[in-house]
Amino acid sequence: MIQHPFARSLITVRTWPFLIDMGVALCGLAVFFGIIYMARYWLGTPIPVVPISHSVRALPLYAFYSTVRITLAYLLSLFFAISYGYIAAYHPRIEAWMVAVLDILQSIPVLSFLPPVVLAMVALVPGHQLGIELGVILLIFTGQVWNLAFSFYSSLKTIPREMMEASRIYRYSGWQRFWQLEMPYATIGLVWNSIVSVAGGWFALMLCEMFTMGNRSFQLPGLGSYMQSAADSGDVRALLSGIAVVILIVVATDQLVWRPLIAWSDKFKFEQVESADRVTSPILTLLQRSALLTSLSEKLRARIEEPIYRRMSQARERLVVQPLDEEEDKGKGAIGFWTLAGAVAIVALWALTQAALMLRTVTWPELRVLLEGAGATFLRVNSALLISALWTIPVGVAIGFNPRLARIVQPLAQVMASVPASAFYPVLLLGLIRIGGGLGIGSIALMLLGTQWYILFNVIAGAMSIPSDLREVTTLYRFTRFQRWTRLILPGIFPFLITGMVTASGGAWNASVMAEYAHVKDRTLETIGIGAQISSATDQGRFPIILLATVLIALMVVTMNRLVWRRLYRLAETRYKLEG
Amino acid sequence: MPEAAVQSEIQQSTVEAIIQAEKIEKYYAQPSENRIQVIAPTDLKIIPNEILALLGPSGSGKSTMLRMLTGLSRPSAGQVYWHGKPIAETEINVSIVFQSFALFPWLTVLENVEAPLQARGVGPEQRRERSMRMLDTVGLSGFEGAFPKELSGGMRQRVGFARALVVEPEVLFMDEPFSALDVLTAENLRSELLELWGNKTMPTRAVFLVTHNIEEAVLLADRIIVLGRNPGHIRTDFRVQIPQPRDRKSEAFTQLVDYIYKVLTKPDVAPDQVPDQQAGKRVRDQRQMKYQMLPHARPGGIAGLLELLIDKGGRDDIYRLADDLAFEIDDLFPIVEAAQLLGFLKIEEGDAVITKSGEEFANSEILRQKELFREAALGNVLLLRQIRRALETKSDHTVAEDFFLDMIDEQFSAEESERQMETAITWGRYAELFDFDASRRRFVLPEAEEEEAAASEEEE
Repeated sequence: MIQHPFARSLITVRTWPFLIDMGVALCGLAVFFGIIYMARYWLGTPIPVVPISHSVRALPLYAFYSTVRITLAYLLSLFFAISYGYIAAYHPRIEAWMVAVLDILQSIPVLSFLPPVVLAMVALVPGHQLGIELGVILLIFTGQVWNLAFSFYSSLKTIPREMMEASRIYRYSGWQRFWQLEMPYATIGLVWNSIVSVAGGWFALMLCEMFTMGNRSFQLPGLGSYMQSAADSGDVRALLSGIAVVILIVVATDQLVWRPLIAWSDKFKFEQVESADRVTSPILTLLQRSALLTSLSEKLRARIEEPIYRRMSQARERLVVQPLDEEEDKGKGAIGFWTLAGAVAIVALWALTQAALMLRTVTWPELRVLLEGAGATFLRVNSALLISALWTIPVGVAIGFNPRLARIVQPLAQVMASVPASAFYPVLLLGLIRIGGGLGIGSIALMLLGTQWYILFNVIAGAMSIPSDLREVTTLYRFTRFQRWTRLILPGIFPFLITGMVTASGGAWNASVMAEYAHVKDRTLETIGIGAQISSATDQGRFPIILLATVLIALMVVTMNRLVWRRLYRLAETRYKLEG
Repeated sequence: MPEAAVQSEIQQSTVEAIIQAEKIEKYYAQPSENRIQVIAPTDLKIIPNEILALLGPSGSGKSTMLRMLTGLSRPSAGQVYWHGKPIAETEINVSIVFQSFALFPWLTVLENVEAPLQARGVGPEQRRERSMRMLDTVGLSGFEGAFPKELSGGMRQRVGFARALVVEPEVLFMDEPFSALDVLTAENLRSELLELWGNKTMPTRAVFLVTHNIEEAVLLADRIIVLGRNPGHIRTDFRVQIPQPRDRKSEAFTQLVDYIYKVLTKPDVAPDQVPDQQAGKRVRDQRQMKYQMLPHARPGGIAGLLELLIDKGGRDDIYRLADDLAFEIDDLFPIVEAAQLLGFLKIEEGDAVITKSGEEFANSEILRQKELFREAALGNVLLLRQIRRALETKSDHTVAEDFFLDMIDEQFSAEESERQMETAITWGRYAELFDFDASRRRFVLPEAEEEEAAASEEEE
């Protein structure tokens, strides 16, 4: 009787949940304490330059501050992305405009947002540390929000028509449609983009916890400041321990947050048959067993959800089936639309004249330097892309064709991609100084550090997606190595390669700001480039230069996207798609 | 059956309609003032106690019609009434069973069925009880905790039915509900549906079925409406008097299937109902239709059909042909139409009869076949003739696809234009009338050298 198979499972079911519940409760307590602590610091008097200790003992606290900043910025991004995507997807009149705005904002480097955002926040919340903190959080936000918004928007646009019709014919309220159709459909895209976003957040964090703007300096306690000041004073030991903490946090986030989320989001996969290989997460299994969490979510559902549904079902407009094709309905809401459009136009006009006035102070020689810088950075970004592609394609294909290797390398490459490259910059820069090299070539190496991983793991995924029967055909007919590559491998990985390159090119432009200009050991390293000009202009508080350089970067990135990447993308979609 | 017709007249005029459409039409405005008419002004009534089937070839606007009748799509003109009130202003009680099932993959079977009740504000206990009862009715008890992707296609559509019926709809709409299922499963579900309907197990007062399957319509429906295309309009509307359960092999059944088939294969023989054409508006009529609608068939399929016909002595009932090939009759449709368009066969009394050129085509070897196909295509298909002529006249012998797309999209919807172009390309490539460079989307005249080479090969 003791050997009964049920006995074991009954025991585990009984004892474990208690421990898990204890764990959950402790985590809740820790979060509560953290909030109190943070609040006390934020509501204190503003100290723009908080002295940074190089002691290792200070690291946990700094890590805590930085993590809170990134978490808040991420939550803000998520909220903004969902609202923005929702409005854009369901308002055809402003849709094209909103997407274009997103496209432009996405191409602007984080640092360009720094002066206006920080100055505005400090002015809005005077007398509290909160003002500066909000400024920094908003900056991190600008580093992670755009791809989330794009992801949510495009998910909404690709919901299958019959699903949408089902929600209409059964007269779902907006609330129910959001939670049962739109949100689930968008979840997988949001989760994957969140991983990229938070990595972007870490990248931006290194940049904006500590900066000077004209005659004002800001330095907030956090990992970014810790590492920068360590680099400034050439303290290699502190620098390395800082990097270790960053990697630790990234790996922990991967294990504790992303993997459970990916495993959980598997149920939102829009597929007709269950796929064989699924991501598993022990943490998720543990959480799902927690009796506390289960009963809590059930109670929440009964207390909050049910009344909402009951209320919603009585709404007047809900009784009627709403047509899906509303394009002919032009009369409704026209007044509101035109007033809004007018207001936006007036504000835009005002901003434009202000900008024009500001730009009048820029002299011709300055403009020439900027254009030269833009050209130099353009070349640098593209050579970084080329170098990454050159080494990642053979390596990625080799890994992808070897499933056992791929299983080990792929998660590793994913984690590597989310370790912020900016954390390694100071180390590399110190090395550069030691060998006496300049930033001209060094900055390409810095860009590579951040961008190559995206290409690598896309190439691996691409190589893995090439069906094995096609590979067998090439062996069977004794294709030469050249034929194998030109006829099968390159076309096969093309769509993936393009996806990786687009992400990498965006990252490289953003990285140029940090890669071309740096303070190390009381020295300023700098090379010709538009990124360097933005950085130095921020340092010196020369706003017209920042503005002009930003416009130039945005112009170049958007043009490149339109002329090159989008076309290649379409080609990949139509011609090189391997369909199941 | 004149008696039946009279009876149907009386029934339709006296019984109050649940849904009544008055002169509904659908068109898409084109920038060039010339609009694409998808559905011509149409009157239609859904009355209690009948299963109404809407039949028609693809492109006849069946699904659009369904969406206008349910309020999912607003007619460009005309009005749909629900018990006499405009549908856009009243609470209606209908459900749709979708071709793709449209289940939410992240909800369990039970949650999927509960969702419409939740939308109506039904409390949790009652919701669960009603859903479980409905799952029991459709034979899915025990599966309530499963996710749709764990179920077979047939079971998934059962969930679709349960979700549709749980709200006790007054009219149940079905949009090709069985066409994504395999033959046996579909047959099974059909008979179960009839059983539910016959026993009055479901509170539904009328069923509206959209299908392209003639047999399915004759098997299920009390009344059949056949739609024609360009633009969509009602060709005929009649009652099916065969008592349930119906036997597919019975004389009455096959006669009716044949009759419908004849109506469908002869789009040009005008039925007595001509689509209303309102004065003052520019509506495309048959005279403006320069380009024939190319049926989407491959040359290989056409050759195959003709060879089979020769085996049968040059003449056979189309319906039997489909049976022999184990084809759905609707899959055979485009092939027959294409062969007819090219002059390879004729339709006589529901029989396909091979013509002289068809016989030669089927009996030739491949190069000669291509030649014959080329002649037939140039002689009968305006679009191919135009492409070829344009290529010959232009000095560089290439023309962009868009050039021809612009010409045909005056006549077809954007989607249909692309499909037309695709078929034209398949045919033209087979006949070696032109080459098509897919990456540049351009037509190219096969080079002179190539033609010479081909000619010398032929001599050998």
